[in-house]
Amino acid sequence: MANLQSSFLGIKSPNPFWLASAPPTDKKINVLRAFEAGWGGVVWKTLGSQVKNVSSRYSTLDYNGQKVMGFNNIELISDRPLEINLKEIREVVREFPDRAMIVSLMADNDRKSWHEMVKKTEDTGAHGIELNFGCPHGMVERGMGASVGQDPEIAKMVVEWVMEVAKIPVITKLTPNVHSVVPAAQAVIAGGTNGLSLINTIQSVTGIDLDTLVPNPNVGGKSVFGGYCGPAVKPIALKFLTTLSQDKIAKQVPISGIGGISTWRDAVEFMLLGSSNVQVCTSAMHYGFRIVRDMCDGLSNWMDEKGYKTIDEFVGLSVQNVTRWEELDINYHIIANIDQDKCIHCGLCYIACEDTSHQSINIERGNPYNKYTIKEEECVGCNLCKIVCPVNDCITMEEHRKAPEYLNWIEFQKRGLPLNDH
Amino acid sequence: MGIKNNRLSTEELVANFSDIHPPFEHAEGAILEANRCINCYDAPCTKSCPTSIDVPLFIKQISSGNIKGSARTIFSSNIMGGGCSKVCPVEKLCEGACVYNLREEEPISIAKLQRYSTGIAIHEKWKLFERKPSNGKKVAVVGAGPAGLACAHALSLQGIDVTIFEKEEKGGGLMTYGVAAYKVTPQSCKEEVDYITSIGGIDIQYKKELGKDITLAELQKKYNAVFLGIGVGVARELSIPGEDLEGVEDAISFIYNLRTNDYSKISVGDKVAVIGMGMTAIDAATQSKRLGAKEVTMIYRRTENEKPCTDVELDLAKLDGCSFIWLAAPKEIIGENGKAKKLICTKMKLGEPDASGRRAPVDTGETFTMDVDMVIKAAGQIPFEELVAKSELKNNGGKISITKSAETNLKGVFAGGDAVNGGKEVVDAVQAGKDAAKGILTYLGIK
Ligand SMILES: Cc1cc2nc3c(=O)[nH]c(=O)nc-3n(C[C@H](O)[C@H](O)[C@H](O)COP(=O)(O)OP(=O)(O)OC[C@H]3O[C@@H](n4cnc5c(N)ncnc54)[C@H](O)[C@@H]3O)c2cc1C
Ligand SMILES: Cc1cc2nc3c(=O)[nH]c(=O)nc-3n(C[C@H](O)[C@H](O)[C@H](O)COP(=O)(O)O)c2cc1C
Ligand code: SF4
Ligand code: SF4
Ligand code: SF4
Repeated sequence: MANLQSSFLGIKSPNPFWLASAPPTDKKINVLRAFEAGWGGVVWKTLGSQVKNVSSRYSTLDYNGQKVMGFNNIELISDRPLEINLKEIREVVREFPDRAMIVSLMADNDRKSWHEMVKKTEDTGAHGIELNFGCPHGMVERGMGASVGQDPEIAKMVVEWVMEVAKIPVITKLTPNVHSVVPAAQAVIAGGTNGLSLINTIQSVTGIDLDTLVPNPNVGGKSVFGGYCGPAVKPIALKFLTTLSQDKIAKQVPISGIGGISTWRDAVEFMLLGSSNVQVCTSAMHYGFRIVRDMCDGLSNWMDEKGYKTIDEFVGLSVQNVTRWEELDINYHIIANIDQDKCIHCGLCYIACEDTSHQSINIERGNPYNKYTIKEEECVGCNLCKIVCPVNDCITMEEHRKAPEYLNWIEFQKRGLPLNDH
Repeated sequence: MGIKNNRLSTEELVANFSDIHPPFEHAEGAILEANRCINCYDAPCTKSCPTSIDVPLFIKQISSGNIKGSARTIFSSNIMGGGCSKVCPVEKLCEGACVYNLREEEPISIAKLQRYSTGIAIHEKWKLFERKPSNGKKVAVVGAGPAGLACAHALSLQGIDVTIFEKEEKGGGLMTYGVAAYKVTPQSCKEEVDYITSIGGIDIQYKKELGKDITLAELQKKYNAVFLGIGVGVARELSIPGEDLEGVEDAISFIYNLRTNDYSKISVGDKVAVIGMGMTAIDAATQSKRLGAKEVTMIYRRTENEKPCTDVELDLAKLDGCSFIWLAAPKEIIGENGKAKKLICTKMKLGEPDASGRRAPVDTGETFTMDVDMVIKAAGQIPFEELVAKSELKNNGGKISITKSAETNLKGVFAGGDAVNGGKEVVDAVQAGKDAAKGILTYLGIK
């Protein structure tokens, strides 16, 4: 049986699944129940100076009847009194000593406030600190959150203040509301952070109520940009994560992956691209803490199947498989093939290819079922038909190399080879 | 006990005749189902609908919240889309062709979704079509059944003033007087007829019978064109001794009575034999059972393999507790004091395939006798041979012959529906009405 034990900057947890800093981790009763359900650790809801929240607070992107593809919130950091939070953190740490307790902080923008916050946090017995430089709304206007994370110089300075007093590991959480997270990552590493986590939420407008014409969420007839997360943001999070894993400086510190994780599969993908553990928020907010059961179970089964004994064995393995476009092999060529026995004649491959790709599918009209076949000489191997086909493995992409040897774009140009024949 | 009415309590009757395919209760259910549809291209379901409703489009419109558009999509292909969603034998039409079947999974509930959009449209009286201003042309439609109504609607849309002559006192044709009561109610039929005619330009004259109150020659003179959508007539006779005994009834009139009276007033026997295995036979059998008949036995000349009804219909009769005797044909009904008492049947076996391609039943000479007190004949209907012949309409055993553009041998006289095909489904009649309207418009030089 695979060992799911995780150690992030020396902070131990029985599995690599932490709850991200958010409402699921904002008070003792939640966190106790999360631990009972099996979560490996939590990043406590961000603490800072007292704030006031509004109502309503959340909205979502739903798609074809599937709820919560994306989730958006306009909440601020914890609106509970600091002292109560600290007291509860201390109690939880005592009750569940084997679970990771990280406390997210966002102090006022001066050295003294940060020093005080760090010390108070350490007094609780928490195992680590996460610096929230990523909250995209509400706090920015007060010079905190994303506005810190978006300016590498300021971020570095704040990290330096923290590191002056921190005795426990410090993770800096990055904002995705930048064109690249690498400069901020390099700066906070220079400032001394022990680890990184990403992503926080992405600024968004999820939709508009077509009767009132007010975007969601509606707060007394007005709305604001919110922070977007949930399944829809996973691809963006994975991209940012990969840029860190590929960066000489950034990759020197461990990364905690966050953003749209709802299954063990998502978690494995984050780990393959270099995150040592993962954090989850939206998916727990949608279904409750019980989702961790399948996360652990699925991960364990997958590791057994692939022969991995510990998590470290596969962290980062896919990073090397993300290269630059000009290094891709131009001689690699695939052609779609339709398994006629599996085909249910829905025509989706045909119309997608015909209207929007390379007109590479042949149609033979029948009543009521048409027959679809691939025009091999026309197919560019784009995957579109396979993507839209509702039947698993009905369309397969088969390898028909243009030539046996590897040839990349740089070499292709050097040799003055002919461009597209289509 | 013999033949009697009022066998069940009002509650039992209400339950027995309640909607057999209840609609979606909530929008969520409809949207969930709509989202299962994968939106096929050149969709097999559409190709298997006789009226070619763009099924993926109307389903997509439900999931996008465009119910009005969804209803318009349906009605623009099939103005009886509401009724069809309740009565179509979808297992052999749209749903039978749904690609989900090819994965051995439940097909999309197309009819139920169709019922969802059309139900809202009819209930809300949405005005989805605007008729063109009257162009002065007048067309007479005979028969306010599905074919006649579909034809009238399509003509009125193009600005033609239509007069429908209907011999009964209600519209809808067999939808109102024939289809099983647990599929459509008289109320829903009426609402549907009202909804269709709400476009304007359609005047229905009830209790006006062609051949009795009016003649075809008159209509030809007074109108620019005529459409005959008169359906098929009476039940086929069995031509066996004892057919005139008390307790022997034809399915069409049995159902007609059921559809026009209170259920408690309809008499059924203790031991009912139903002759035939078509949709009408099934309807007569299930409804007898639902009225409280103790034993209902369906008798059919061939085997289950050759049966004309669908599996779904047969299952319905089975679930209702009917029994079946395959390979048997009625030979004689024996009476006592003028009342049916025994049914003698001949045992049959299958021979060579006949014109229909099915193996023909052959008499074995052996017989058996069963106790009955009621015999319902549902061995097919025969067309209005006399009326048709008298009007000098070219026909085939009473089934009116038409050209590709739905015209008969008489100039300006068009026909369609059961009157032409000898009895199919509502949805086929609707398409026939549309086709005839197209033929008439061309004939009149419009569009
Ligand atoms: C018992 C039974 C059950 C059925 N169940 C189903 C079902 O579940 N689903 C399904 O799709 N189909 C069913 N059908 C078939 C369906 O009802 C018909 O195919 C359809 O109604 C045909 O439409 P139509 O307009 O051609 O004829 P009809 O519906 O028969 O309409 C003809 C109209 O013309 C009128 N008419 C006739 N003669 C004259 C005249 N001389 N002058 C004036 N008016 C006249 C009639 O009164 C009637 O209103 C069933 C049929 C029967 C008999
Ligand atoms: C309602 C809500 C409140 C959040 N509050 C915080 C917060 O206080 N501090 C923080 O660092 N991140 C906060 N986040 C961001 C999450 O921790 C996480 O980074 C983000 O939701 C992406 O993960 P997910 O896709 O699993 O939800 C919040 C997210 C949500 C939905
Ligand atoms: S998408 Fe798949 S199932 Fe549908 S027609 Fe194409 S190959 Fe067949
Ligand atoms: S009209 Fe009948 S056959 Fe056509 S799509 Fe609707 S339910 Fe199916
Ligand atoms: S065949 Fe089935 S899945 Fe395809 S469009 Fe029709 S209803 Fe939808």
